[in-house]
Amino acid sequence: MENKDQEKNSLYLKIMPYLEKYGILLLLVIMILVMHFLQPDVFLSWRNVTNVFKQISWQSMLALGVFMVIVTAGIDLSVGSIMMLSLMILAIVAKAGAPWYLVVITPLIAGFLCGLFNGLGITLLRMPHPFIMTLGTLYIFRGTGNLISGGTPISGFTDEVRYLGHGRIDLTWLGLEKSQYLPVSLVLIAIVYIIFWIFMNKTRTGKWIYAIGGNPNAARASGINVNKILVIVYSLCGFLSGIGALILAGRTDSGYPNAGLQSELDAIAACIIGGASFFGGRGTVLGVFAGVMIMGILRNGLNLMDVSSFWQQVLIGSIIVLAVYIDVLRRDLGTRK
Amino acid sequence: MSSINQLLLEAKSVTKYFGTITALENVNLKIHAGECLGVVGDNGAGKSTLMKVLSGLYKPSAGSLFFDGKEKILESPKDSQNLGLEMVYQDLALAGNLPIGENIFLGREPTKNLGLLKFLDYKKIKELTDAHLGKLKINVKSADQKVEELSGGQRQAVAIARSTAFNAKVVIMDEPTAALAIKEVGKVLDLINSLKQTGVGVIVISHRMDDIFAVCDRVMALFQGTNFAESELSKTSRDEVIGWIMGKK
Repeated sequence: MENKDQEKNSLYLKIMPYLEKYGILLLLVIMILVMHFLQPDVFLSWRNVTNVFKQISWQSMLALGVFMVIVTAGIDLSVGSIMMLSLMILAIVAKAGAPWYLVVITPLIAGFLCGLFNGLGITLLRMPHPFIMTLGTLYIFRGTGNLISGGTPISGFTDEVRYLGHGRIDLTWLGLEKSQYLPVSLVLIAIVYIIFWIFMNKTRTGKWIYAIGGNPNAARASGINVNKILVIVYSLCGFLSGIGALILAGRTDSGYPNAGLQSELDAIAACIIGGASFFGGRGTVLGVFAGVMIMGILRNGLNLMDVSSFWQQVLIGSIIVLAVYIDVLRRDLGTRK
Repeated sequence: MSSINQLLLEAKSVTKYFGTITALENVNLKIHAGECLGVVGDNGAGKSTLMKVLSGLYKPSAGSLFFDGKEKILESPKDSQNLGLEMVYQDLALAGNLPIGENIFLGREPTKNLGLLKFLDYKKIKELTDAHLGKLKINVKSADQKVEELSGGQRQAVAIARSTAFNAKVVIMDEPTAALAIKEVGKVLDLINSLKQTGVGVIVISHRMDDIFAVCDRVMALFQGTNFAESELSKTSRDEVIGWIMGKK
């Protein structure tokens, strides 16, 4: 009897890690199949698929940054504002006539510094929770962005500046048509996600980020400088928001005051749908990617079917609740002895 | 227990004041290789304060610490770790979301370095973990199991394995069996015995006389911050030790 139990248990132990790692991808595949079934001519067309990736390009950067923060059991509410401020700084620097390589690098530095500000605030001011610090900077950064730009849009960037968000990689040499190009932003997403996958899974710092989320006291007792790692995480989150600003500048050709409004909530939603836990220590880079994709495909698919954006809100909200409920059920199964 | 065993750590007349409160006064402690010392005392007797002084978390107001016969001044727990002293905390200090091996080496992971980037050497972590768990005769399904999937006793075993993974000479355990199911207590006590056989000096702080009398060679009682009584275990009894805790000789 006990033997049988153990067998079942070991089989369970063998399957669970895969389900935990790849279950969300399964959901993504099912969604793609459903959408394809509903919109067979359009959904999987070259044009529409590249469109989805272009639409999720900057959100995917914010989500990745917020993901790392959530793994430490923290939260960053300011990513949308960091992106807006970085975008405004980019626009001002571009309008001042700076060479393109300076324009391109400014949002990255601005985003990084904003994140550093968050990280130092949380650790040095000993904020009771990152929620408070980043709620504050949500207002501070957006306010600053409006102050320096006068609250009006600044438009018109050079092609070099717009390359990451708007560039196309021609594929006619593969025998494809002119319209079948690869968006540069898609390649950028792939590169950034692979780099951060390696960072989170293969490096010591990545392991420590998970350890801090799992048990900050254990991390401290192990001699890990928890505050230093937190500052690194928030800085990287800001840096990724800066990349988001650069992509958005390319896509919209404009720095505008409403950029990234409420996008911190989309970023958090993508992480949660992708299986990251608010209690920290749990979640994968692949999961976040799937979460971003699920939200992107849902919006895209509902647009294709002419469903009102109000219904989109209702559906996305429902998916968040459903995804977490499935997670709760799975955990119940996992802890039953 | 032969008396020729090497003296690993000695605290001489350690005194610790917190403001006007005297937490420890002229306390002495000795621990030898392969020996287990039980430290007993009521709440507030100074057990935790003494252990925190030994591990470098507190600086003594007076008195001195000798590691391997040499006087050392500890600035932080890192210093005591470097001298071969490890603590096993009551709340275990493990990250449940990480596998056993990564917990054992947390903060001291073997890495392959590429410039500034330090990549974890997973293969080495696994090898070292398997070897170390084997040496301590700790049975788990796999070193890749997450700690949160383990029972309380297995977690305690991992915490002890963690403390001894880096050639620890002295291991201090704070209530090692307090949070365990009865059937698991025996396993942890066995583990303490096998630690002793590897030559480690173990200091066990415990309220449970069963634990003290199962693994310790010597027992000392603190009372109101002072050395109250001390004895070879074979020369005392439960009732006597319980009396010491209450301040009766």
